[in-house]
Amino acid sequence: MNTNSQIHTAPSLSGRAGGESFNCDIILCGVGGQGILSIATIIGEAAMNENLYIKQAEVHGMSQRGGDVQSNLRISSNPIASDLIALGGADVIISMEPMEALRYLPYLNKEGWVITSSAPFVNIPNYPDIEEIKAELVKLPHVVAIDIEQLAKDNQVPRSANVILLGAAQKALGIDYDKLEAAIRRVFARKGDAIVDANVKALALGRDAQK
Amino acid sequence: MEKKLLLGDEAVALGALHAGLSGVYAYPGTPSTEITEFIQLHPLAKERKVHSRWCTNEKTAMEAALGMSFMGKRALVCMKHVGMNVCADPFVNSAMTGVNGGVVVLVADDPSMHSSQDEQDSRFYGKFAMIPTFEPSSQQEAYDMMEAAFDYSEKQCLPVLMRVTTRMAHSRAVVEVKDEARKENELNYNAVAANWVLLPANARKRNDKVTAQQAQLEADAANSPYNRLTLSAKAPLGIIASGIAYNYVKESGVDVPILKVSQYPLPKKLVRQLLDSCEKVMVVEEGQPFIEEQVRGVFESQNILGRLTGELPRTGELTPDCVAAALNAQLSENPKNQEILEVPALVAARPPQLCQGCGHRDVYTALNEVLKEYENPRVFGDIGCYTLGFLPPYRAIHSCVDMGASITMAKGASDAGQWPAVAIIGDSTFTHSGMTGLLDAVNEKANITVIISDNLTTAMTGGQDSAGTNKFEAICMGLGVEPEHLHVVVPLPKNMPEIARIIREEINYHGVSVIIPQRECIQTFKRKAKQKKTLPQTPPC
Repeated sequence: MNTNSQIHTAPSLSGRAGGESFNCDIILCGVGGQGILSIATIIGEAAMNENLYIKQAEVHGMSQRGGDVQSNLRISSNPIASDLIALGGADVIISMEPMEALRYLPYLNKEGWVITSSAPFVNIPNYPDIEEIKAELVKLPHVVAIDIEQLAKDNQVPRSANVILLGAAQKALGIDYDKLEAAIRRVFARKGDAIVDANVKALALGRDAQK
Repeated sequence: MEKKLLLGDEAVALGALHAGLSGVYAYPGTPSTEITEFIQLHPLAKERKVHSRWCTNEKTAMEAALGMSFMGKRALVCMKHVGMNVCADPFVNSAMTGVNGGVVVLVADDPSMHSSQDEQDSRFYGKFAMIPTFEPSSQQEAYDMMEAAFDYSEKQCLPVLMRVTTRMAHSRAVVEVKDEARKENELNYNAVAANWVLLPANARKRNDKVTAQQAQLEADAANSPYNRLTLSAKAPLGIIASGIAYNYVKESGVDVPILKVSQYPLPKKLVRQLLDSCEKVMVVEEGQPFIEEQVRGVFESQNILGRLTGELPRTGELTPDCVAAALNAQLSENPKNQEILEVPALVAARPPQLCQGCGHRDVYTALNEVLKEYENPRVFGDIGCYTLGFLPPYRAIHSCVDMGASITMAKGASDAGQWPAVAIIGDSTFTHSGMTGLLDAVNEKANITVIISDNLTTAMTGGQDSAGTNKFEAICMGLGVEPEHLHVVVPLPKNMPEIARIIREEINYHGVSVIIPQRECIQTFKRKAKQKKTLPQTPPC
């Protein structure tokens, strides 16, 4: 399973200069410890560099211990009131885990995108059949599902699976590729060149996998 | 001015540092922990030697802050809402002593109980103690209000309570911050002993003064830049919205008269003006119906709508959805006809669980194996990661009430005739509130077995220092636990037979036994291993 329809043409961050307004409401989700907050940090860095408004509600504490976790990320060229996304309001769900992508469907608008890892993270005894999960995903109009863990291993960037997913989400987010790459360089700069390079490579892998 | 992307908690921390903070005093608790962590890592705090070490509990934190204030300097106390119960004694009495240097008590409430055992609303504490209360609506306000709160605390000679909730504490936004920090206060000896020695004769005078001061506090709230009344012509519905609830009203896009409340005591003058221009008023507030009850007491209650009348849910967090639906219903506006996707039936719940490799797992495995041998064992749990031992596969604990209650409840159960009565408590929780209960048990030679599951950290909040690390045996012996009934073991699968044997022997001993399974939290262990591999990190600024 891969992309099953064309990416919509969302206004890009660069398009904003033409006076067009930009809004993107994103649900990031997965299982505690999978690295969704790093994705949020990179998108937030890119948006902040463009002087956009940002609100990002996170979950800390007990739920981080292997339970389901999610973060609401809102970006806009106009001031944002609520920290939380309303039901049916999200433009994109970015999920590190396929069943977790389905958990937040009530928040997705009908034309919204789901960008998800296709590899199940099984830490509960009653985890459903992965084929049934895939069957639910293909019912949605706009889905990209990629085995990011495998892709990360195959390409020697084992710790950057989350950035591969971000690369795959780039078009759906409507954020210029170059701006995400620049944000990655800034976010990871203090961790050294090797980590910057691995994440830049992962971003490109995600972009190419989504095509 | 510089723009930074900050968590609400970080905005509070930076606001306090920029307001000339000399010390933060806190015990970790979700969703307040990141405030103290931010200050601990901040270069300005290091340069100024701002106190930021974790305290043993919220009461010791509040009292140390009062001591710093007594000497003229500015102090911040941070805690989660249930921590207010622990520091209630010094908090309430701090209105009687008043302050010398400014004191801000920051409390992070957790409506919907994401990481808590109740959803108490701390604004009641402010009213009850006659202490002015601030409640920011945005991360920017949280930053700005911090300096205003310290200034106001010193002007009124009272502490200020600052209340945030989960969605403010744990949400990031762009905040404009100052380039320079205010200087710290100088040490001074202006504290008047007659105010600080709360003998009844002194306290009565202070009580009269603080009671009389309330009218001024309310007048200040009416003029506060953080409280805004926006009126229009006579309207069918007006809104009072406080804190982050204000954002959900704005998000709904309705255009109605609105009173935004971010500073208390509730400014009744502004409420009166709003009511005079509206037929009905809906109160939208995060937490319990604090404003709503006050407004109903003053005005015709049939025209006050909110959580008490069912327009908004009686409990739990507000959402943009429930606020918009309540407003649309009153304004007879049809909500956007929108089809909402459903969660497919196959999606299974994924509750949090003890980490793979966690020592608590081995403790529960051994405990369950031994307790199978008894007819009606009861295990009294406590607050921490190990509370998850309630869930499958362990199903090992029968209670979890508040910090320290494992030991004291086991003692009470034993007093009632229960045996075996086992208490399981974490290291940080034990020093927070378990030690005094253990002394009670020792003094009465209660027939209980206490397990202090020591992972060398405050794990559930993310691995903060634990006050008693390396001191537990000495503490227990100091409290009178008999050395032959005090054991330290290492919870690993290979040690299972030994641990099970010790638990069995100590349950069979009629008196107080303490077993300390000791092994570092797997999360802090992994983090340290990772930090050794990567380059040293620069602290945030």
